Amino acid sequence: MSNQFLWVIFPYICMAVFVVGHIFRYRHDKFGWTAKSSEFIEKKQLMIGSLLFHIGIIPVILGHVAGLGIPKEWTRAVGVSDHLYHMGAIWGGGFFGVVTLAGMLILTARRITHRNVRKLSSASDIIVNCLLLFIVFIGCYASLVTNNLNPGFDYRDSISVWFRSLLIFRPEAGYMASVPLTFKLHILAGFLIFAMWPFTRLVHVWSVPLNYVGRSYIVYRRSPVKAGKR
Amino acid sequence: MKIKAQVAMVMNLDKCIGCHTCSVTCKTAWTNREGAEYMWFNNVETKPGIGYPKRWEDQELYKGGWHLRNGKLELKSGSKLSKIALGKIFYNPDMPEIKEFYEPWTYDYEKLTMAPESEHTPVARAKSVISGDYMDLEWGPNWEDQLAGAHITGPKDPNIEKIEEEVKFNFEQAFMMYLPRLCEHCLNPSCVASCPAGAIYKRDEDGIVLVDQEACRGWRYCMTGCPYKKVYFNWKTNKAEKCTFCFPRVEAGLPTVCSETCTGRIRYLGVLLYDADRVLEAASTPDPQDLYQAQCDLFLDPHDPEVIEQALKDGISEDWINAAKNSPVYKLAIEYKLAFPLHPEYRTLPMVWYVPPLSPIMNYFEGKDSIKNPDMIFPAIEEMRIPIQYLANMLTAGDTETVKQGLQRMAMMRSYMRAVSSGKEFDESRLDRVGLTAEQTKQMYRLLAIAKYEDRFVIPTSHKEGTMNVYRSQGSAGYNEQMGTYGESTTQSQFSYSMVGGTDCDGCGPVSPGKSGKEIYEENFYGGIWRD
Repeated sequence: MSNQFLWVIFPYICMAVFVVGHIFRYRHDKFGWTAKSSEFIEKKQLMIGSLLFHIGIIPVILGHVAGLGIPKEWTRAVGVSDHLYHMGAIWGGGFFGVVTLAGMLILTARRITHRNVRKLSSASDIIVNCLLLFIVFIGCYASLVTNNLNPGFDYRDSISVWFRSLLIFRPEAGYMASVPLTFKLHILAGFLIFAMWPFTRLVHVWSVPLNYVGRSYIVYRRSPVKAGKR
Repeated sequence: MKIKAQVAMVMNLDKCIGCHTCSVTCKTAWTNREGAEYMWFNNVETKPGIGYPKRWEDQELYKGGWHLRNGKLELKSGSKLSKIALGKIFYNPDMPEIKEFYEPWTYDYEKLTMAPESEHTPVARAKSVISGDYMDLEWGPNWEDQLAGAHITGPKDPNIEKIEEEVKFNFEQAFMMYLPRLCEHCLNPSCVASCPAGAIYKRDEDGIVLVDQEACRGWRYCMTGCPYKKVYFNWKTNKAEKCTFCFPRVEAGLPTVCSETCTGRIRYLGVLLYDADRVLEAASTPDPQDLYQAQCDLFLDPHDPEVIEQALKDGISEDWINAAKNSPVYKLAIEYKLAFPLHPEYRTLPMVWYVPPLSPIMNYFEGKDSIKNPDMIFPAIEEMRIPIQYLANMLTAGDTETVKQGLQRMAMMRSYMRAVSSGKEFDESRLDRVGLTAEQTKQMYRLLAIAKYEDRFVIPTSHKEGTMNVYRSQGSAGYNEQMGTYGESTTQSQFSYSMVGGTDCDGCGPVSPGKSGKEIYEENFYGGIWRD
């Protein structure tokens, strides 16, 4: 029963909140939708922390997409042996994980110790910060320590299969039964942050201005009717 | 040719007394909110000085505006791709911090009334608005008022650094002038070009540059992009804000608040017609000293029948064309060539222009010699207390000749009018030498010295009545006070800035719906004082 709740019901609740929450926020709070940068208040520590975190997190996310989304059979079919994949995931993922963790530690220290940054932090900023730090830490720990302690455990045979079962709406909680605790904590905290996502500053991720590159420099807007609409 | 209209401003610095009324009325109108305390959409600087934020004119530091890269116009802060590819989106290296402006403060007023009996008079210490801590004041929006501290900061003024000879800041040799600054509502705005979200835009109908508060994502590139450092970051809402050119007033044919309240009546507002197709070409002029002329060439003569015909074709209405014909800005900037753009070398083609100030010389000119030998005006300009080179570094990218000619025209006008009003002889051929006729000089004099409200502000109304219900949209434009963080205020529509009466706005009545006049009165008016 608790397995059903943790690995089926809870993830689906989080995913539903994630989707509906974003639609709601976008429709009702465009004004609050911002990257919420505190660079204007403090710049030096932000430079190191933010750069490390962001440069680390992007490959980490791509790694998660690959690790969770691509079945073993597919990677084997293109000639990548399981061992090779594993090494890449551990060392590549581990490296960027540690970079992300270092960035997160600096950002957290900054948020707590810099007085004005702390004063301007909302409860949601603090919670997101702590939760992210926890997720990144436990994720690094799981892939660098737990993996080495349990050489027999392969997340691609358990977690990944379970995750894909969620996505195709045929959830199989059973795959998660024998997964080590650190991975479990990482996953649950991960789903939790997805549920919180639409209500926090994390929404800025969806505003990555990729279309800026192809846009003309000067933007004109014509009539008052059009103003306010993009 | 594609003709667009722009509502532009000229400030006659010759008459600015540095009273800051423009700044204060602007502040009470627009930025007396939490998160915006440090913002001065309009501020007045005493020059020479490094200003607000510190050294805003140093583009090697802040990378504002445009430069030419292999002959092509490019943002000084880097290309569009570099912002995303180089991770600059995660950390903007060229952005000023709040301390370069100043950390907003209030005073511990309670101490004055609540302090227990003591030997010394209680003092209201400064307290940071952000942290609530006591703080030492180190900089502010007007720190260098009347050259305060200029012996230290003056030499660091980028316009001074560009002057080759040594300018001393001794009392005997000190000079100063006032420079009121606001958003330039440029023809080639680098803030607009810098905004990754496309939230900043230039209005097609009047050229006013605005930030769409709902589209802004707080990437802060506008702050870097603007070389005048006139886009601000609201630390409460985490969005960019800037001078709006008081667009709700301008749309109604009223001058901006800063212009309306200017005690010296130094500000002029009017329409200029320009060729939008040639903006890029003008901004790409190779020699920075030619930028002023290139910008002048963009402006079209509103009396030219061909221009009128094309303007009508491009959707500019008859009353706007008439306003352009009577525009005081056109007269001062184009016809008399008295006004110049601020720092044309930034290549933004700014639209708030300045008539440079004459300053005391003036051994020969003001003295009796000038009456005997009127030609002394020409060398006299060189001997002005404010070095020509300094003015030129600000207004013409260092080209002293152009500024000098403007000053000569003003000096010649004074000389002529003095002769006329005191019944003295005046050889009108001298006017020729500065490119003026007697009639023009008189008109120039009227415009500079005695222009009335309707001569200084020639602003056609907008034509929103065609697309919206203007009556019902009253009170719907502006920065809303109720902009809490997410979830704090769901009952009231979060923000309506720049959505001036779009279709969404149908039915928004006056501000604070649901309150009676009496309630509003009791809330805001007590003890005979209005509370804001």
